[in-house]
Amino acid sequence: MTSTQSRPAIAVTGLRKSFGDHVVLDGLDLHVPRGTVFSLLGANGAGKTTTVRILSTLVAADAGEVRVAGHDLAREPDAVRAAIGVTGQFSALDNLLTGEENLLLMADLHHLGRREGRRRTARLLEEFDLTEAARKPASTYSGGMRRRLDLAMTLVGSPQVIFLDEPTTGLDPRSRRNMWQLVRDLVAGGVTIFLTTQYLEEADELADRIAVLDHGRVVAEGTAEELKRRIPGGHVRLRFADPQGLDAAVRVLGQATPDHDALALRVPSDGSLRSLRTLIGRLDDGAVEVDELSVHTPDLDDVFLALTGDSSDGKVTTR
Amino acid sequence: MSTPALTGATPAGLRLHPLRDSATMLRRNLRRMLRYPSMTVTLVGMPVVFLLLFVYVLGGTLGAGLSGAAQVGAAGGRAAYANYVTPAIILMTVTATVQGTAISIAMDMTEGIISRFRTMNIARVSVLTGHVLGSMIQAVFSLVAVIGVALLVGFRPTASPGAWLATAGFLAAVTFALVWLSVALGQVSGSVETASNLPMPLVLLPFLGSGFVPTDSMPAGLRWFAEYQPFTPIIETLRGLLTGGPIGNNAWISLAWCAAIALGGYLWSRRLFNREPAR
Repeated sequence: MTSTQSRPAIAVTGLRKSFGDHVVLDGLDLHVPRGTVFSLLGANGAGKTTTVRILSTLVAADAGEVRVAGHDLAREPDAVRAAIGVTGQFSALDNLLTGEENLLLMADLHHLGRREGRRRTARLLEEFDLTEAARKPASTYSGGMRRRLDLAMTLVGSPQVIFLDEPTTGLDPRSRRNMWQLVRDLVAGGVTIFLTTQYLEEADELADRIAVLDHGRVVAEGTAEELKRRIPGGHVRLRFADPQGLDAAVRVLGQATPDHDALALRVPSDGSLRSLRTLIGRLDDGAVEVDELSVHTPDLDDVFLALTGDSSDGKVTTR
Repeated sequence: MSTPALTGATPAGLRLHPLRDSATMLRRNLRRMLRYPSMTVTLVGMPVVFLLLFVYVLGGTLGAGLSGAAQVGAAGGRAAYANYVTPAIILMTVTATVQGTAISIAMDMTEGIISRFRTMNIARVSVLTGHVLGSMIQAVFSLVAVIGVALLVGFRPTASPGAWLATAGFLAAVTFALVWLSVALGQVSGSVETASNLPMPLVLLPFLGSGFVPTDSMPAGLRWFAEYQPFTPIIETLRGLLTGGPIGNNAWISLAWCAAIALGGYLWSRRLFNREPAR
């Protein structure tokens, strides 16, 4: 039992995959402890979906070692399949069946037995707020309902490791927040979540650890806080009513970047109370009139752009 | 790497259940057929339209030309032709059904749920066998309907109960073979449109055989093709079983063709299903 606990949910070393000449994954290393949310963050074309497709046994890797839920992906794909659940970017439900029938289909394929299958289906419909629409065909569901049904179908088999490939892409803000809450509840229940997303906010909200993927390589990995700390860029922005005020501030503060057109001054700062107090003290001493003050801490967007060199269009950039 | 205790615990949960999974997939496919009845109606409609067309529009003339039949008048010709053409229409019912199989397989492959099945610990072949069994059941209903219409328009079989039973078994073998072929065609087509066109040759082959006119009325090259293509012995066997007449080697030749087509279709389908999905 202890060995099971200490084993990671997902361990990937040296994962490579090419389609023809196009290198999609270029030596990927990942380590996901059990019971955590791991987020793979990257722009379109960075290799996120390919990674999920390999880890979920859909596509074979060219090279590398992968263990999911303690099983070797290449040698025991069935054991991996028995331990995982996948909710992909494209909804994986039967449009001609009702929501309830879709869930019962999953229950039958997991050999749950009639009574247990019905019980679990009813519970999931309830939890995912689909009870009212249970008897309607899935083709009539809204985008948010389809994602919820999709995730509910994934959960019928009580998987240990769940892959969520861009689970909120295309959802409205309310549906997105609902989905986040569902994910948090799942983690509280002890499952491991492997989440891919192109939304930094989503990774920030949900993930214990984040790996930034760019051109098939992990360019940075850590908690959201660790990643933000790696990037300088915290500053205080001061705005002035007239150019005289700006010039006065530049004289007083010295090391700062003035923007004469906007009558603004950018002062490097870690955003702490102490540094703000010092800054305000110096401005007061110099009798500088400040129109407006705002504090900027680096967000994951800064991190992402700094690390990937703005390759959001997925084109090749020099490393 | 894994501890003996763990590996010892897993097999029970990992054991695949092809029969149980196939039954689940069959239920899914039957339910889908009920939800999408227009396809079934179209599939039964086509052979019925052909039957009416050939019996009422062309039957009078074609029947008069049947070799060995000294028919007098169009009505007599039509009655003779109804008997002659019904086996071809029966075979056409089967090919129409398997055209539907190819379409529903292609529909499935373009939907995400197949990817879900692929990531689940289920007997993979059950995705395909579910379709095969569903199509077999659909074929039974279609055949009963079409034979019913044929009886109404003048088809007068002379078959004994035993011959009817043999017909049912023979049609099951033919359907089984052609369904497996269509399962492959549906997978290889990549889109629903292609899937509805790809099995077209199956619909046309009865025309290039002994289905609608005797092969000895055809020009030499075509006659050679007609006599050696698989549908001719199948039609001749059906004709012999239903309306009496010589069957000869045709039954064995047909069954050999069926076995070859079924095996080829199955192996091809399995290979296509196990290849890596495109998306």
